[in-house]
Amino acid sequence: MNLRDLSAVQQIEEIRAGRVSSLDLVDAHLAAIAHDDVEAFLAVDADGARSRARAIDAMPERPPLAGVPIAVKDALSTRDIVTTSGSKMLEGFRPVYTATCVARLEAAGAVVVGKTNMDEFAMGSSTENSAYKNTLNPWDHTRVPGGSSGGSAAAVSARQVPWSLGSDTGGSIRQPAALCGIVGMKPTYGAISRYGLIAFASSLDQVGPLARTVADAALLLKYVVGHDPMDSTSLHWPTPIEVPTATDLTGLRIGVVEELMGQGIDPGIRAVVDDALVQAEGLGATIVPVSLPTSLSGLATYYVLAPAECSANLARFDGIRYGPSADADTLLDQYEVTRGTLFGAEVKRRIMLGTFALASGYYDQYYGRAQRVRTLIVREFARAFAHVDVLASPTSPTVAFPIGDRTADPYSMYLADVCTIPASLAGLPALSIPCGMAEGLPVGLQLAGPAFSENRLLDVAHALEQAIAFDTRPPGLPQ
Amino acid sequence: MIDDATVRHVARLARLRLSDAEEQVMREELSGILAHIDAIQAMDLDGVEPTTHVVELENVLRADVPRPSLPRDEALREARNTVDGEFAVPRMD
Amino acid sequence: MSDLEPVIGVEIHVQLSTRTKMFCGCEPSFGDAPNTHTCPVCLAHPGVLPVVNEEAIRRAIIIGHALGCDIAPRSIFHRKNYFYPDLPKAYQISQFDIPICGRGSFTALREDGSELVVGITRVHLEEDAAKLTHAGVGGRRVGADGSVVDFNRGGTPLVEIVTEPDLRSASDTATFLRQLRQTLLFLGVSDCSMEEGSMRADANVSVRPVGSQALGVKTELKNMNSFRFLERGVEAEIARQREVIGSGGDITQETVHYEPDTGHITSLRSKEESHDYRYFPEPDLVPVVPDRAWVDELRASLPELPIPLRRRLVGEMGLSVEDAEVITQSPQLVAYFMDAAGQADPKLCANWIRGELRAQLRDIGQEPWQSKVTPTHIAQIVGLVADGTVSVPAAKEVLAGVIETGDDPAALVQAKGLAQISDEGELAAIIGAIVDAHPEQAQQLREGQNKVIGFFVGQAMKQSGGRADPQAVQRLVRKVVLGE
Repeated sequence: MNLRDLSAVQQIEEIRAGRVSSLDLVDAHLAAIAHDDVEAFLAVDADGARSRARAIDAMPERPPLAGVPIAVKDALSTRDIVTTSGSKMLEGFRPVYTATCVARLEAAGAVVVGKTNMDEFAMGSSTENSAYKNTLNPWDHTRVPGGSSGGSAAAVSARQVPWSLGSDTGGSIRQPAALCGIVGMKPTYGAISRYGLIAFASSLDQVGPLARTVADAALLLKYVVGHDPMDSTSLHWPTPIEVPTATDLTGLRIGVVEELMGQGIDPGIRAVVDDALVQAEGLGATIVPVSLPTSLSGLATYYVLAPAECSANLARFDGIRYGPSADADTLLDQYEVTRGTLFGAEVKRRIMLGTFALASGYYDQYYGRAQRVRTLIVREFARAFAHVDVLASPTSPTVAFPIGDRTADPYSMYLADVCTIPASLAGLPALSIPCGMAEGLPVGLQLAGPAFSENRLLDVAHALEQAIAFDTRPPGLPQ
Repeated sequence: MIDDATVRHVARLARLRLSDAEEQVMREELSGILAHIDAIQAMDLDGVEPTTHVVELENVLRADVPRPSLPRDEALREARNTVDGEFAVPRMD
Repeated sequence: MSDLEPVIGVEIHVQLSTRTKMFCGCEPSFGDAPNTHTCPVCLAHPGVLPVVNEEAIRRAIIIGHALGCDIAPRSIFHRKNYFYPDLPKAYQISQFDIPICGRGSFTALREDGSELVVGITRVHLEEDAAKLTHAGVGGRRVGADGSVVDFNRGGTPLVEIVTEPDLRSASDTATFLRQLRQTLLFLGVSDCSMEEGSMRADANVSVRPVGSQALGVKTELKNMNSFRFLERGVEAEIARQREVIGSGGDITQETVHYEPDTGHITSLRSKEESHDYRYFPEPDLVPVVPDRAWVDELRASLPELPIPLRRRLVGEMGLSVEDAEVITQSPQLVAYFMDAAGQADPKLCANWIRGELRAQLRDIGQEPWQSKVTPTHIAQIVGLVADGTVSVPAAKEVLAGVIETGDDPAALVQAKGLAQISDEGELAAIIGAIVDAHPEQAQQLREGQNKVIGFFVGQAMKQSGGRADPQAVQRLVRKVVLGE
């Protein structure tokens, strides 16, 4: 038995039973990371991790997460571990504080081993927009792991860590989870504090767990949700997150989103998702077709709102208070050259798009209208949830695509998010579980629920996961 | 769809220095993206209120009680250019 | 040219003297070492978020009430986007179309007692920028070698008050601002110091033909750091606009600066002038929906405000305009005065408080309500002078004694032997002796030099240890010397 093949829950059990120390467990993972051939990590803090593991091993009473290692997406601020958000704009930047969600996990006993690669400032669906390197899909090293939390997904899939934290704005946890054959969840907007998450689109960004099992994802979620006085948009969480145990779906009404099971979705994926839904019926669920026509406008809406918010969120990057700076003689050069040279192409594109959408003369047409379409999408979901308990669809319209395939046409990359964006716009919880294979690559099933329905969502996902019994181990992965 | 003058104007608003070549590429790419986004122009949105927050919170306030500030060396630590404890910027024209 | 009337509106920024900044827990500071009152939030580090200071909301509502404004049932924050080194996020969190307070009105009193009514358009909350200092000659912007930024001030809560263009003269503008300032000081919401920058005022100035309803092109006069300079600046700008139009020219909408040393108006027009702020609702903050009962409670809790109070003190209690101005400087002084005025003649109490009490206390750095002198003591001193027990000069000594010991004035009169000499015989003897001793001055008085009476009064006070009644002395001197 390889420790690293165990789920986080099982690893915690091993530590509590005294069969392995946190230090040994962390060391085993650090060794795998050192041989990282999927380039999941941007920074590894081996010394810090070992020291933390030793401290936990020495405690008379172990904290709940017992000293199990975790990786953190480089969009999250970690005090004194270089944090770049995948950008040259923050090359070498050491934050002076740690993100609330990371601090909570550390307090619960998780050991942060390093920071994972991502699309620059979380903008992208393949991690190819990272200013540093590409991350490879553990299932096929010629293909992308998805994005923007590609590193977090690959690290979990490749068993370099049992679980990781990512961030999701339009699908950046769910889509890479689907492409890498693991579990990824974006909770209800406001569930997890955004304090310390380097902002991309404030009204859409959420932190969430990636793991190999639904139970692991739930456990991670449990220790990060809840109100943070440092985040005005964070919620007081009504009921504790429970580790799921359901095996039966009797009485559950699953709505299948018609618009996301038609053209625009690879046939291989539709077939696998259909099979998964048949499995759900076998467990007692009722499958109901649901139409969400406005969700098709989600992509256009998202690509106005997200760039608009990001254009303001990224305006603080000017090399004056932190980060590298251009050699500038004038203030205008300081701003324009620093930003022109240190931001990558996709980031600049979105800043331009967003600035345009907010500019005088264009606001009503673009930003104003997009906010109204968002209202329609929110209402449409509410109407759907009057008839069904969860909504199902593929997570991604395609399986993992080859590296370099979509970098020439920005919009082709944006299409990767068509299934995941609507739940982001509505602020609803959604997760992806691996449900089968197409073209030899993992396929993700997305389940979404009403706000605060995390526990039910996790139960449904868990039951299905048990029934489907997907093997999350990529073939050819070194032991 | 979007002309050169607009691209330059937006780039200035966003403080992004683009070369002539980059401006051209940007103009084409933005035009392409806007063509897709324009789908929302046709929608009937009469009487629909905009959504700024999907979370329904109000009155999230903080008590007026001081918290420790950063030690000055930490506040300045990550800056490349400082002078006598202040952040330095080049001259304005 | 004289047919052109000035039309002036003002935008005032008031720094609230809260304990923490608008969106983070740092303490605002003035004059401390640079960058010692900062945190990741007010430095706009990656990943930080704002959280609204509840005391800033309370004070903004109080200000709104004092200005008779509607308090918005629901208000939100907006991002105002522009790049400048003193703005670390490159956007200021402010309020745009749904501010915390709507329309109101402020009535000021001119020196002649007439009312000056100024409409208030809105009051909103925002955060202050940091402090940018330019190196190079004179600290002015153009031609500096570079600049440095101190973020201590950045994030301090600001209330912006915008008036309707209801002012018609530079002097009215200054009157309005002074009395607005006094009102805000009275409420304890801000230090309101133009010199320190906790109160800033920009004036929008235009002219138009008398009788016209349309507004002329306006210029904005900024960065005046005293009311005096602002008044002079507005005068100068009005004159300039009149001259431009008088000679057939047009006014350009621009920012102007008044140079106090030369009296010149210069244009600050630059490419930066026309900003596209790209306002959009702040996604990191949720709406402020003040509880109506709380809003009503705050309104009810307002003290009687200084300007209406001034009018009442002059009209109903007979105080002079100057007395009323001084007494209404702080709620504590008002309370002190009212207490005394309830026990003795208000006008006389005001005289004593405003004059001798404050003068004597200034030497030891105390305010009346901090001293051992109670309002009742003041009332008693007023009474002792009124009934002739002590002369005014003696009363001043008594006051000094109360300041030191807190003892009863009447007791101090006894202890110090300051009771006025009321025995005419005793007084006459003293005066007789003085007149005999100074025949020259007596002769001068006979010759009509009335001023020399003062000499005799002085001598009598000296001889009597301050206990002689100056009025009686005068009367007796005239009787003895002139036979009146």
